[in-house]
Amino acid sequence: MHVPSRRLRNSAVVALTAVMALGLAAGCSKKNDAPAGDGQLKLVVDTFGEFGYKALAKEYESAHPNIKVQLRSIEKLDDYKPKLTQYLAAGSGAGDVVALEEGILTEFKTQPQNFVDLNQFGGGDLAKDYLPWKFEQGKASNGQLIGLPTDVGGLGVCYRRDLFEKAKLPTDRAEVSKLWTTWDDFIATGQRFNAGGSGAAFLDSTTTAFNAMLAQFGDTNFYDRNNNLIADSNPSVRKAWDYTMSMIDKGISAKVTTWSNEWQAGFKNASFAVTFCPSWMRGIIKTNAGDASTGKWDIADVPGGGGNWGGSFLAVPKQSRHAKEAYELAKFLTSAHGQIGAFNESGPLPSNLGALDDATFKATTDPYFNNAPVGVIYGAGAKALKPVYRGPKHQAVLDRAFQPAIQSVEQGKAKADEAWKNALDAAKKEAK
Amino acid sequence: MSLRTAPAAPPPQAPVGEPPAPGRPARYRLARWDLKYSPYLYIAPFFLLFGAFGAYPLVYTAWVSLHDWNLIGSSSFVGLDNYRALMVDADFWNAVVNTMGIFVIATVPQMVLALALANLLNRGMRARTLFRMGVLVPNVTSVAAVGIVFGQLFGRDFGLVNYLLGLFGVDRVDWQANTWSSWIAIATMVDWRWTGYNALIFLAAMQAIPRDLYESAAIDGASRGRQFWSITIPMLRPTIIFAVIISTIGGLQLFTEPLLFGNGRILGGSLRQFQTVAMYMYENAFQRFNYGYGSAVAWTLFMLIALMCAVNYLLVRRSAR
Repeated sequence: MHVPSRRLRNSAVVALTAVMALGLAAGCSKKNDAPAGDGQLKLVVDTFGEFGYKALAKEYESAHPNIKVQLRSIEKLDDYKPKLTQYLAAGSGAGDVVALEEGILTEFKTQPQNFVDLNQFGGGDLAKDYLPWKFEQGKASNGQLIGLPTDVGGLGVCYRRDLFEKAKLPTDRAEVSKLWTTWDDFIATGQRFNAGGSGAAFLDSTTTAFNAMLAQFGDTNFYDRNNNLIADSNPSVRKAWDYTMSMIDKGISAKVTTWSNEWQAGFKNASFAVTFCPSWMRGIIKTNAGDASTGKWDIADVPGGGGNWGGSFLAVPKQSRHAKEAYELAKFLTSAHGQIGAFNESGPLPSNLGALDDATFKATTDPYFNNAPVGVIYGAGAKALKPVYRGPKHQAVLDRAFQPAIQSVEQGKAKADEAWKNALDAAKKEAK
Repeated sequence: MSLRTAPAAPPPQAPVGEPPAPGRPARYRLARWDLKYSPYLYIAPFFLLFGAFGAYPLVYTAWVSLHDWNLIGSSSFVGLDNYRALMVDADFWNAVVNTMGIFVIATVPQMVLALALANLLNRGMRARTLFRMGVLVPNVTSVAAVGIVFGQLFGRDFGLVNYLLGLFGVDRVDWQANTWSSWIAIATMVDWRWTGYNALIFLAAMQAIPRDLYESAAIDGASRGRQFWSITIPMLRPTIIFAVIISTIGGLQLFTEPLLFGNGRILGGSLRQFQTVAMYMYENAFQRFNYGYGSAVAWTLFMLIALMCAVNYLLVRRSAR
């Protein structure tokens, strides 16, 4: 076994790209170490979705006149991951600071040599600032500190008040939370909603419910703590699966694929009333549903209580020419101040204890969601979150084995038993 | 490549520092070299570029495909293991079937339509140039834009196609969920972009057919249809072979259209209903980081294309004979 040199790997990427002869500019790696002028240093930050760093970048620049911060963002995580992979494989092109979502982090953690060990800059001393389990997630198995925590994805349920009213359900967030203290209640409420004649579907997609339940039903999912694949035998997976099948059976979902055009249009056209909603999802709902829906949405508690979906880290790739400066920037962005700034701009929920205890954070309300006290709703949940252990290919098993299997049942293309078998077969393939 | 567009190569000169050529024989030799080697210099840029961006990657990918190679990690030599695994990989064969299926239902109507279009454009009519340029417009649209627009048209809940079908009392079709419907939707995208392009190629070939053939056929009393089948089609044979081979190469590498149709998901549907071989290659190399296996898929695809081109060539040549 040998480790190919950077040059070899570089040409390897060019090679495959050229053979593919695709329109997608796969290996287009731009050098970003060029000075920004006048002895200025340029730091590139790669993120996906909405991180809320625009104002913070400006602030950092004015505090550090010799540094220019360039933000690059890709909308979908699905597009972000292969791009980042290519940058790492080619040895150039990646930002000085890159965001790693918890799902893809597990995979990148298995190849820690691509990232700078932040311990060398004293990153380890920051442990006490964050939710302890979250900080632990940022470490590779060899102890290397790969990423500093940005946000966590404590769950809520976002619902449309206007559709609930039409379906003759309560609209007040406390009463709505009482409608579904358990998952059985949630399904029953879905049936009540369907009977209410609002013309819309209840839930957007059962795959998001599956995510939420996985996060609640046990402290492991597809892998045990020794990284053995136990998707076929772990009761937490089977229980979440059975509830999901029951939701499909009872017809409470709009059967749209999350992140698809239909899903985005569904927000705008009010074709479903409920979606599972970590704090970061609020920014996405606002973008999709548009200004016209201001005040029509609200946030209630999640059935079953607790559960985490998403949340990210900031890492520094080894290829960065300014690792020290990049670390300082990442430290600033993940500090209590930085996380509150990001929260106010786009909604990712802080994982920094200082931010969670901050008075202005706690007082935050969101006018788009009928002035819901988001600081309290999400902040209270964040500290109570219990982490779920995720194996190296957790996200791949979820994205490419279980979610498609659930969708195939939703589409009526496979029976539940058949789909379960497909999911397990695909999971084995992904975990290989 | 035409000589006019080739970058000017420096004319061969006597090497500096050597004594001047003594008399006729040396100058004669230079002139002969000029005649003999200059053409190679003129075409060299193409071959240099092809070598760097065509041949080298091809060979390198073959090398990679013999390894168990993590894209961002380490690699080890495994011989033909990747190919062995590929031969029994149900997902790979599913992708092959999808690619072939989409290719056939895209290419056959496309060629027929293009021929018919070219035949129409070849007649005398008003604003002929406008129409001739018009058929090329879809081709200059970016494939991503086409993919996004058609993705919306074929939407399940709010798509225009389902709306129109609804006017005729047809139930809403979940275009992404069924194999046949997804293939039709993707083939429509391909045809939208490429029919006009092929029509123009056919048109160019039609115009090279001598007019007097048609005139004498007309004098003999042959109808328009008869003229088309007995003169136009046989005369177009080499062009049809060319168009079919180009379509084969493009069709088997289909990637962007199905990817965008499936909302950017590399799986191509919940049960891989419309995942093409190129998508499967990308999934392995850049989603699973399994670079060696992805390269094996790439090479198999390459061989598949070569094979299909040969088969198409033979078929088209025979049927047009």
